[in-house]
Amino acid sequence: MAQRIEVKGLDVYYGSFRAVADVSMVIEPRSVTALIGPSGCGKSTFLRTLNRMHEVVPGARVDGTVLVDGVDLYDPAVDPVAVRRQIGMVFQRPNPFPTMSIAENVLAGVRLNDRRISKADAADLVERSLRAANLWKEVKDRLDRPGASLSGGQQQRLCIARAIAVQPQVLLMDEPASALDPISTLAIEDLIAQLKDEYTIVIVTHNMQQAARVSDRTAFFNVAEAGEPGRLVEIDDTSVVFSTPRHKATEDYISGRFG
Amino acid sequence: MSAVAGRGAAQGVAGGATTTLRRTRRADLGGRAFRGLAVGSGALILAMLAAVAGFLLLEAAPALTASPAELAALSWMPDDGSLWRYVGPLAFGTVLAAVLALGLAVPVSVGIALFISHYAPRRLADVLGSLVDLLAAIPSVVYGLWGALWLAPRLQGPWAWLADHLGFVPLFAGPASTPPRVMATVGVVLAVMVLPIVTAVSREVFLATPRLHEEAALALGATRWEMVRMAVLPFGRSGVVSAAMLGLGRALGETMAVLMILGPGLTYSLALLQVGRHQTIAANVALQFPEANALGVSALIATGLVLFVITLAVNSAARWVVARRAVGGAR
Repeated sequence: MAQRIEVKGLDVYYGSFRAVADVSMVIEPRSVTALIGPSGCGKSTFLRTLNRMHEVVPGARVDGTVLVDGVDLYDPAVDPVAVRRQIGMVFQRPNPFPTMSIAENVLAGVRLNDRRISKADAADLVERSLRAANLWKEVKDRLDRPGASLSGGQQQRLCIARAIAVQPQVLLMDEPASALDPISTLAIEDLIAQLKDEYTIVIVTHNMQQAARVSDRTAFFNVAEAGEPGRLVEIDDTSVVFSTPRHKATEDYISGRFG
Repeated sequence: MSAVAGRGAAQGVAGGATTTLRRTRRADLGGRAFRGLAVGSGALILAMLAAVAGFLLLEAAPALTASPAELAALSWMPDDGSLWRYVGPLAFGTVLAAVLALGLAVPVSVGIALFISHYAPRRLADVLGSLVDLLAAIPSVVYGLWGALWLAPRLQGPWAWLADHLGFVPLFAGPASTPPRVMATVGVVLAVMVLPIVTAVSREVFLATPRLHEEAALALGATRWEMVRMAVLPFGRSGVVSAAMLGLGRALGETMAVLMILGPGLTYSLALLQVGRHQTIAANVALQFPEANALGVSALIATGLVLFVITLAVNSAARWVVARRAVGGAR
């Protein structure tokens, strides 16, 4: 299920503004890759190019290639809707659909793919997805309550359950714990550690301890100054980046000297 | 001596505390003024509602208390002089016209609003958006004239076709009257009239859909339409009901267009294509008012009271439906 992502010479533009320049990296399957860097360095923008969510912004476009298991996401024959069905995403702020129940939220993506799912299959899928998101025990007695009735941390795990219910190949997370309290954050981090057995995970985080805790590989992005494009400074095993980074900027950033 | 001085000092300290911590008149003035204004405005709304209701009740009283014989003397009253039998068909016609107008207008409005908010390219959306706002500001009498003089004659053909081919449906029972001074025409013109306001409000509501919800749908692999269905429509539902209520108010109270188009009649008929079957309360008041005597005016105001009650009832019902369907009131 998990797949390898290969990015080659990727530039991202918003209109005529180049937001991210010349990113190349390989993301291995069944691993967690953390993207870190100061605000405005383009890490979130880059993350969104991995499932073409940046195209939601009018005028956004990409040069270069993103290969997922050898298929170029930006091939003209590729449908962005199909891409997003295979590459799930979890956002900074939990965003369950407010008018749907907990169970309906989990099934939302599945219903898009296959409307005629039997009741038993649906119930089974809800349970499996919520179990995988470590939420089942907390909500199993109130699956028909609105998703918005949960706490922020539970909502975020509900969003993760919703994302994995469609069994994506890759899971992208854009600062998934930055709006959560420390205990909920811990729950999300534990969950990430479990999920990497099955998925390729890419996570953007502002929290360097979090990157160090959850990720196998760490990519450091930086931006020279406002108006300049963000660039990938280095990517390596997390232990290497946090102990013996190759670049001064990385060392300064992870030791808290700027950013 | 020292005791006195100490007391004076203590007083001074206490005085200082009161001058810095106690509410001062000046600082409080803005707050008071605002509160007065807000409470006053709120009370004014209630007072106006009460004044209108009071006026209607008071002026309708003579007709409400008059004997059937007195009322029967009015040329346009039913022979048995029953005010209720007079108001009934009028209320029916009023509601029928409004339902028809909303039934035609709301789906189209929602479609236009969605196109502007979620499908059209930015520039086209801006142009269309301001165009709709402009149309919403045009007084209804202008639409009424256009509908009566230009649109109505052109509906002759379609109505005849409907009567020929769908005549078995009670709504389209033939023969289609010529000229088409019928309820169906009124419904279409009223729909055109309420379309802009319903569209304008719906568009604002759809534009206010949180980006987060839209992205949640898109990230799951929703197409544009699926995103609209999952995120935009559920979020905008209550707002669309409010928009429809605004349109309903316009449709229920519309006088000129109905007066100019409809060949009136007082029945409970559903035949939209036949002339002389329906009349609305507002158009009827305008029609009969100039030649009514004191009791006649009172009877007409009684019909106005019924319109007032219908409006209140429909509005309350709509609010209740929206409140009930909002999931847990959660946002």
